[in-house]
Amino acid sequence: MDGVAGQRNAAVKVVISRVSGGGIVEYLGLGRVGLRHLALPLLLAPALAGCEGALSALDPAGPAAQSIAGVWWVMLTGSLVILAAMMGLVLWPFFKRHRPVEVPEKLWLWVGALGFPLIVLAALLAWGLPSGQSMLADRDGQVYTVEAQAAQWEWTFGYPDTEEVTQGVLHIPAGEPVDIAITSADVIHGFWVPRLAGKIDAIPGTTNTLRIFAPEPGIYEGMCAEFCGLEHATMRFSVVAHPQDEYENVLTAELNAEARP
Amino acid sequence: MTPTTPVGLHRALDAIWRAPRGIAALSAVNHSVVGRRFIITAFIYFAIGGVLAMLIRAQLARPENPFLGADAYNQIFTMHGTVMMFLFAIPLIEGVALYLLPKILGARDLAYPRLSAFGYWCYLFGGTIILVAMVMGVAPDSGWFMYTPLASSTYTPGINADVWLLGITFVEISAVCAAVEIVVTVLKVRTAGMALSRMPLMAWYLLVTAAMMLIAFPPLILGSVLLEMERAFNWPFFDPERGGAPLLWQHLFWLFGHPEVYIIFLPAAGAVSTLIPVFARTRIVGYAWIVAAIIALAFLSFGLWVHHMFATGIPHLSLAFFSAASMLVAVPTAVQVFAWIATLMRGRPQMSLPMLYLMGFFSVFILGGLTGVMLALVPFNWQAHDTHFVVAHLHYVLIGGFVFPMLAATYYWLPLMTGRLPVFSVSKAAFWLIFLGFHGTFLIMHFTGLMGMPRRIFTYESGLGWDLPNLISSIGGFVMAAGFALFVIDIVLQTRFGRRFRRNPWGGTGLDWAMPTPAPSYNFASLPLVTGRDPLEDNVRLGADIAAGKGYLAGAPRGEMETLCVDMATGEPEHVLLLPKNDYTPFWMAAGLAVFFTAFLLSAYWVAPLGLVIATAFGWRWLWSLGAKSDPALIDAGQGLRLPVHFAVPSVPTLLGLKYFLAANAAFYGSLLFGFLFLWTTAAGWPPQFLNASPVLIAGIAISLAAAAIFATLARRSNSREANGARMIWLAGSLAASLAGLGLLMGLAIMDAPPPDTHAYAAITMAIIGYVILHTLLGVMFAAYTLARCRAGFVSSLRSTDMRGTAIWQLYTAITGIGGLALIILAPGGLA
Repeated sequence: MDGVAGQRNAAVKVVISRVSGGGIVEYLGLGRVGLRHLALPLLLAPALAGCEGALSALDPAGPAAQSIAGVWWVMLTGSLVILAAMMGLVLWPFFKRHRPVEVPEKLWLWVGALGFPLIVLAALLAWGLPSGQSMLADRDGQVYTVEAQAAQWEWTFGYPDTEEVTQGVLHIPAGEPVDIAITSADVIHGFWVPRLAGKIDAIPGTTNTLRIFAPEPGIYEGMCAEFCGLEHATMRFSVVAHPQDEYENVLTAELNAEARP
Repeated sequence: MTPTTPVGLHRALDAIWRAPRGIAALSAVNHSVVGRRFIITAFIYFAIGGVLAMLIRAQLARPENPFLGADAYNQIFTMHGTVMMFLFAIPLIEGVALYLLPKILGARDLAYPRLSAFGYWCYLFGGTIILVAMVMGVAPDSGWFMYTPLASSTYTPGINADVWLLGITFVEISAVCAAVEIVVTVLKVRTAGMALSRMPLMAWYLLVTAAMMLIAFPPLILGSVLLEMERAFNWPFFDPERGGAPLLWQHLFWLFGHPEVYIIFLPAAGAVSTLIPVFARTRIVGYAWIVAAIIALAFLSFGLWVHHMFATGIPHLSLAFFSAASMLVAVPTAVQVFAWIATLMRGRPQMSLPMLYLMGFFSVFILGGLTGVMLALVPFNWQAHDTHFVVAHLHYVLIGGFVFPMLAATYYWLPLMTGRLPVFSVSKAAFWLIFLGFHGTFLIMHFTGLMGMPRRIFTYESGLGWDLPNLISSIGGFVMAAGFALFVIDIVLQTRFGRRFRRNPWGGTGLDWAMPTPAPSYNFASLPLVTGRDPLEDNVRLGADIAAGKGYLAGAPRGEMETLCVDMATGEPEHVLLLPKNDYTPFWMAAGLAVFFTAFLLSAYWVAPLGLVIATAFGWRWLWSLGAKSDPALIDAGQGLRLPVHFAVPSVPTLLGLKYFLAANAAFYGSLLFGFLFLWTTAAGWPPQFLNASPVLIAGIAISLAAAAIFATLARRSNSREANGARMIWLAGSLAASLAGLGLLMGLAIMDAPPPDTHAYAAITMAIIGYVILHTLLGVMFAAYTLARCRAGFVSSLRSTDMRGTAIWQLYTAITGIGGLALIILAPGGLA
C-alpha cells in the first residue's frame, strides 16, 4: 500500500511543479450553467465554506459537478421549506388554540396530495434533468478519449496511439472535454472524480463512457465508488489536468517514466 | 351441556385453543404464538444488527482507526444490512401481520396456521445458519446486495457468499409462506358482514403488502439460486468471460429490492393509518383515497428498480423514464400524508406515547422522502450514488418509515398482549434519545456523502473534511443505541409491572379491542356481525356481546377449532373453516429443509437430497391430514345460520392459497425467462453453441405435458359427476403422461443440451429445462397422491380439493413447460 501511495505522491509533486506556471483556461462552463446556479450558493455561502475538500462534490471544479452542486442547493432549500410546512401542518392540531376543522376532503386531496407534488416534481424534472447533459458522451464523437481500466485494486489509464499506460494517475488536457472509456478487468468498480463530474460503473465485459471537463489545470482526486472487496477503501486515483499546449510533452514524459521500472 | 355464560364459553374454548407448554411448544401453530415468536425473534435480530451498527460507527469515528481491519469491517457492514433487511424488518412485518390479522378481522386464527408455523421455523433455522457463520468469522462480506462478479467464486472463494445465498433463500421461504397466508386470510377469513369496504385499513395495507411480496421475492430467490448454481457447479450466468452478464444479478436483485422498500413501509403506514384516528378521536379522512394510493404504490414500486442502477451506464432515455417514475411514487405517499394531516386537523389529537413516536415518524420520514426525490434525479444521483448520502437517505426512509411507526405500534398493541399499560416516563426518555440520536447520526451524514465519502470503506484519511462529521455521526449512533436499550428496558418493565386495565385503553374502534386483555388464545368467544368500519363505535357493548356468545360459532360445542370464511367482496358467511390442532409436521418439514441447506452449504451434495426427502415426506403427511373420509354435515353457526365445512365447498381456502403460490411461482419463472432474454440481448455472438433439440423430442414433451393437464381436468370433471371409475382412469392417464414427459425432458437435458458450465446460454437453457423437470416431477407426485387419496376415500364430488388442486398444478406445468420450451426453440440455436 505504502508503495502505491508513495508513487502517487511523487507523481503529484512532479505535476504540481509543472502546472504551476500554466495559464488560466477560460471557464467555458460558467456561461452555459447560468445565473440560476449562482444565486443560492451566494445565500448559502457560510455552509459552502465547510464544503471544501479534495473529494467534495460540493466544491465543484468542472461544469458538470458545478451544475449538479447548484441543483443540490436548490433542492436542499426547497426540501427544508417543504419539511417546515409539512411539520407545521402536522403539529398545528396539537396546539391548544386548535379547534377541530373539517378539511374539505376532495379539495384537500386533489390540490394538496396530487396537485402540489405533481407540479413540484414536474418542475424539478424539467429543470434538473438537463444538468447532467455535459457528462454524456453521445453528442459528438470527435473528443479526446482515454481509457480507464479498473482492477482489484488499482486504476490503469491508457491513451490514444500508444501501448504505454499510467497507473493511479490520469493525465488529461485542461480546457477541453475528455471522454473516458471505463471498464474493469475483474469485478465491478466505480469511476468517480467528485469535483469534476458524477460517477459511472466500471463493469467487466462492458465499456461505459463518461465525459469530463476540467476548465483549469490542476489535480482532481478520484476514487472507486462501487464496493469491490478488501482494499476498496484505498482504491484511489488522481486526475491531473495539464495546460493544453504542454499536455503532449508531459504525457510522453509520464509514459516514459512509467515504462521504466 | 353447552355452556352459555361468558366464563363457561371461555373455559370451553381455552381448553382446546390453549398453547402447548414444554417440549410440545414445538408443535404450536396458533397465530398468536407464532406471531409473537416472529416478533420477539425479529427484535433479537434487531439488537444484533444494532450491535453491528455500533461496531461500524466505532470504526468510522476517527480517521485511520486501527479498531477493525478491512475483512472484519466488510463482514460487519454486510451482516448489518442483511440482518436488518432480511432477519429484522421482513420477519417483524410477518410477525405483526400474523399476530394482528385475525384479531382485526374478527377471526380465531389464520387461513393456514401450520403454514405460518412452518415459515417461522424456516426463518429461525435460516437466520441461525447466517448467525453461526458470523460467529465463526465466515459471514458474507460482499455487501448486502451481493453484486456479481464480486460475489462469484473467483473473487469470493470461501463459503461467505454461500452462507448469504442459502441462508437468505431459506428465510425467504418463510416470506413467501407468510405472503400466501396473509392474502388468503384477508380475502377469506373474516367475520360476518366485513365487506372489503368495511375492512380496517391495516388489513388493506397488509393485503397489498403480501401481494407485493408474492411478486417481489421470487426474483431474489431466483437470483440467489442462479448465483449459487454458478458458485457450486460453475454454471456461468453472471460471468462475462462465458457469455454471462454481471448486470443480470443487479436487475434481479433490485426487481426485488425496490418493492422491498415499500413492502417494509406499507405495514408501518398501516399502523400510522390505524393510530392517527384513534389518538385524534375521529375517523380517518379519505379511506378510499388511501386504499387507492396503496394499490397505486404497489404497482409503481415495480417500475422503479432501475433507479438503483443509474450509474451502470444504462441509456439516458430510459434513465429519464425511470427518473420520472421514481418521482411519481411520491404522489401516493403524499396522498397518505395529507389524509393523515386532515385527520389530525379534524380531531382533537393528544400527544400520548404512541403519538409521540408518530411525530418522530413524520419528521424523519418526510425528510427521507425528500432526499428520495433528490436521488431520483439522475444527474444528482450520479454524484450521490454509493456515498454516505445514500446511507443517510435509506436510514431516514427505513427508520423513519418503518422503525418509528413500529415502535408506536408496539406501544399501541403491547397492552393487547400483556394486559398492561406503559410506564410513561421511561418511554418518553427512550423516544427522545432515539429521536435525537437518530438525527445526530444521519442528518450530517448527507453532507459527509456529498463531501465525497463513499459507502463501505473501512477507513479514511484525515484532511478530507470527513473527520468531524463522522465523529458526530458516531456519537449520535451511540445515543440512539442507548435509546433503544431504554426502549427494551421499558418494554420489560411494562410487561412485568405495567398498570393493569380492563378493556380498550386507547379508545380504539376496531375488533382488536373488542376482546378481553390479555387477548385470549381463541380471540373471540363468538364471531360478531360487523355493520360498519368502526364496530366498537357502532356498538359500544360489542365486547360484552362477543364474550357472552351473542355472535356466530359461539363456544366450542363440537370440540373443533372453528372460524368463519366469507365471500371475498361482501363479507357474507360462506363456510366454516376447521382449523388444525397443534402439529409437529411444520417443525420437521423445516428441519428437513435445514438439513438440505446446511449440507449444500458444506458442499455435502450427497447428503442434501436426504433433507429434501425428509421435507417431502412430511409435506405429504401434511397434505394427507387435510379433509375427511366422509361428507360432513352442515354446521349450525348460530343466529339461524347453517354453513358447510371448508373442505366440502369449491371455494376452499387451500385452492386459493395454491393459486397465489402459483402466482409467486410464475413470478419466479418469469424472472428466469427474463434472464434468458436479457442474456440473449446483451451477450455478443449468442448463441455460441446450439441446443439442437430434436423436433420429435420437443413435440413429445409438449404433448405429454398437455395430456397430463387435460387428463387431470377430465378426472376432476368425472369426480364432480361422481363417475368414480372414470376419474381413476383419467388420473392414471395424467400420471402416465407426466411420467412420459419427465422421461422425455430428462432425455432432452442429457442428450441434446450442451454442458451447462460452458456458456451462459447453456446454463440458462438448462435452468429452464430443470424448472420444467421439477414441476413435472411434482405433477407425478400430485397425481399419485390424488390417486391414493381417492382409494383411501378422501375424495368425493363434495370433497374435491385434491382433484382440483392436481388439475390446477398440471395445467400450470403444461403452460409454463410448453411456454419455456417454445422460447428456447424459437430463440436462435434452439431446434436441430
